Amino acid sequence: MENLANLLLLLVILLNFFILGSSRLGACIQTAALQGAMLACVPLLMHPISGHTLFLAGSALALKGVVMPWLLFRAIRQVRIRREIDPMIGYVPTLILGTVATAGAFIFSDHLPLVAAHRGSLVIPCGLATLGAGFLMMITRRKALTQALGYLIFENGIFIFGLLLTEAMPLMVEAGVLLDLLVAVFVMGIVVNQINREFSSLNVENLSLLRE
Amino acid sequence: MKTLLVLVPAAFALAAYLLPSDRLRAWLLPVGGVAHLLLALAAVITPEPLPVGAWLGLDPLGRLVLLLVSLLFACCSVYGLGYLRFRQQWGTRAFVSCLFLFLAAMSLSAMARHLGILWVAVEATTLASAPLIYFNRNRLSIEATWKYLLLCSVGIALAMLGILFVAYSVLPAPHISLQLDELLAGAPHLSRPWLRAGFVFLLVGFGTKAGFAPLHTWKPDAYGEAPGMVGALLAGGLTSIAFLALLRTVQIMNAAGEAEVARQALVVMGVLSLFFAAVFVIKQPDFKRLLAYSSVEHMGILAIGFGVGGLAVFGALLHMINNALVKGVLFLTAGNIHRRFDSKRREEVAGAIAVLPISASLFVAGFLAVTGSPPFGLFVSELTILQGVFSAGRFPLGGYMLLMLAVIFIGMGSTVLAVTLGKPSPRANQVNWNENFLTLAPPATLLLLVLILGLYLPEPVRTMLKAAAGTLEAGR
Repeated sequence: MENLANLLLLLVILLNFFILGSSRLGACIQTAALQGAMLACVPLLMHPISGHTLFLAGSALALKGVVMPWLLFRAIRQVRIRREIDPMIGYVPTLILGTVATAGAFIFSDHLPLVAAHRGSLVIPCGLATLGAGFLMMITRRKALTQALGYLIFENGIFIFGLLLTEAMPLMVEAGVLLDLLVAVFVMGIVVNQINREFSSLNVENLSLLRE
Repeated sequence: MKTLLVLVPAAFALAAYLLPSDRLRAWLLPVGGVAHLLLALAAVITPEPLPVGAWLGLDPLGRLVLLLVSLLFACCSVYGLGYLRFRQQWGTRAFVSCLFLFLAAMSLSAMARHLGILWVAVEATTLASAPLIYFNRNRLSIEATWKYLLLCSVGIALAMLGILFVAYSVLPAPHISLQLDELLAGAPHLSRPWLRAGFVFLLVGFGTKAGFAPLHTWKPDAYGEAPGMVGALLAGGLTSIAFLALLRTVQIMNAAGEAEVARQALVVMGVLSLFFAAVFVIKQPDFKRLLAYSSVEHMGILAIGFGVGGLAVFGALLHMINNALVKGVLFLTAGNIHRRFDSKRREEVAGAIAVLPISASLFVAGFLAVTGSPPFGLFVSELTILQGVFSAGRFPLGGYMLLMLAVIFIGMGSTVLAVTLGKPSPRANQVNWNENFLTLAPPATLLLLVLILGLYLPEPVRTMLKAAAGTLEAGR
């Protein structure tokens, strides 16, 4: 079971690279959905099956794998965009930065004072690498929608880290966290739509009227 | 009883959503605001016992922040009635519902005794307030909304990471709990490196919401573009909530014997915030953005107060109340001036005192209060903080604070006076709107409260502040 979980986590890292390197928004959203769905399975593999883990897996699968990607798909349909035209820095440099971040995550987590049970586990490096990928996506892309997608990846990274600590977050809190995330993506989808209506474009560089 | 504080505003939000008439919906605001204030007063006057291990409850610190938020909201809700009468071109359904949801989320944050609940509630405040900033539906406000939403969401996500780090620091104990009492009780055994790392993330995360420099970049945009009453709630209410969240983590650090780390970090944040505020206040041409930088300044003063400790903690708590109340005065009156002139640029607005005599006078009085002039409350609280700083022997820090406060006074004064005094600019009759009772009474009430707090500190308030300061000193 542990091996299967590790395999899924490695796949999650690969999907990070796919998202960082792809210009087609539809494919990016699908990949993020796949990543969310795979992450939803990990708690079932890492922890004994209980009401809590079942709930966590089920709701994460529904929200991260289905509902939130659907909200983003709806947003790109409404604003009729397909591609991230020109990111701040090109795809190849982004991928290189992503690689550096991932390597850094692995090296860094070797030096963390982890408890014995977590030494050598892939969870922490994978979580950090996904956080890095999400962050990179938010700062290098120009479309508001890709930034929202970056936020989703970032949240996936936190979710991975939280897998070690499912006990700390009681069911009710977990539900609240996921609900907040859902509403966040929903509100972001609406705002994306409004940005498009105001500027007839989704590029956040239009959002530069307010400055000192 | 205490759940009512969350359920009542939530019910009002639902009612506002379902009610078909815009006119009636506006009336829900003062009714809901006053109802919440009465509930909050009842909760403060007759405190319920706080069982150890409860997830929701009001400790002295929570009571203080709850009362302050509720008071500010009640004033803003009366103002809102007058404001929404004027602004009827867009439906008010989302606006009023989100206002109440915002209040519910803020009340929940004040009562949260579990770090997870606290996080959920603070994130909910971001989500409920983002649509409020977009109320004016133009390019500038959408930009401000997007920045606010993205920056604060990422900030809060980092705070979640911080909470997970704190949870990790409990390991290898068999049972992890993020309930505040249990965390505080077990704090001496927490793993130090994880706790410190967690604190840094929590400081950055909640600090983004509070608006410490250099994490404040969303603040001028959001405060500048949001309607005045929303600005008041963000600058007075939300920042206090963010600070409360931060103080919860400080409590854990204190209990773990890491108070020094937390304090130094807070002082650094405070010093940076004062510096950025002073730089951007000078020559700030936009009087609502000016208020945003004033908010950054006061977050800095609070951070220094809590960072120095001792007497300054009492001063900082008093300052938190004063800051919230005076931000209400400033934003509500700035909203009035903005509405009449249809501009918030210093070049285009002048002589407001001739066309809006009471609003402009209140605005100037609010300016004097916010910069710490006697006889207003902020003078007393800033003096107490400075006294704490000097009695702790930190003379360079105290000198720096005084210098920055002087610079900010001059910087703010030049814009505020240019806007209010002199000959009315040609835009003075841009919009056919006049100040009225509903848009004047709330800021006047708030100013009166700030004045009272400056003249003397009522005994119940003093005991409340003492008790709240006690929760932050315990474990030293």
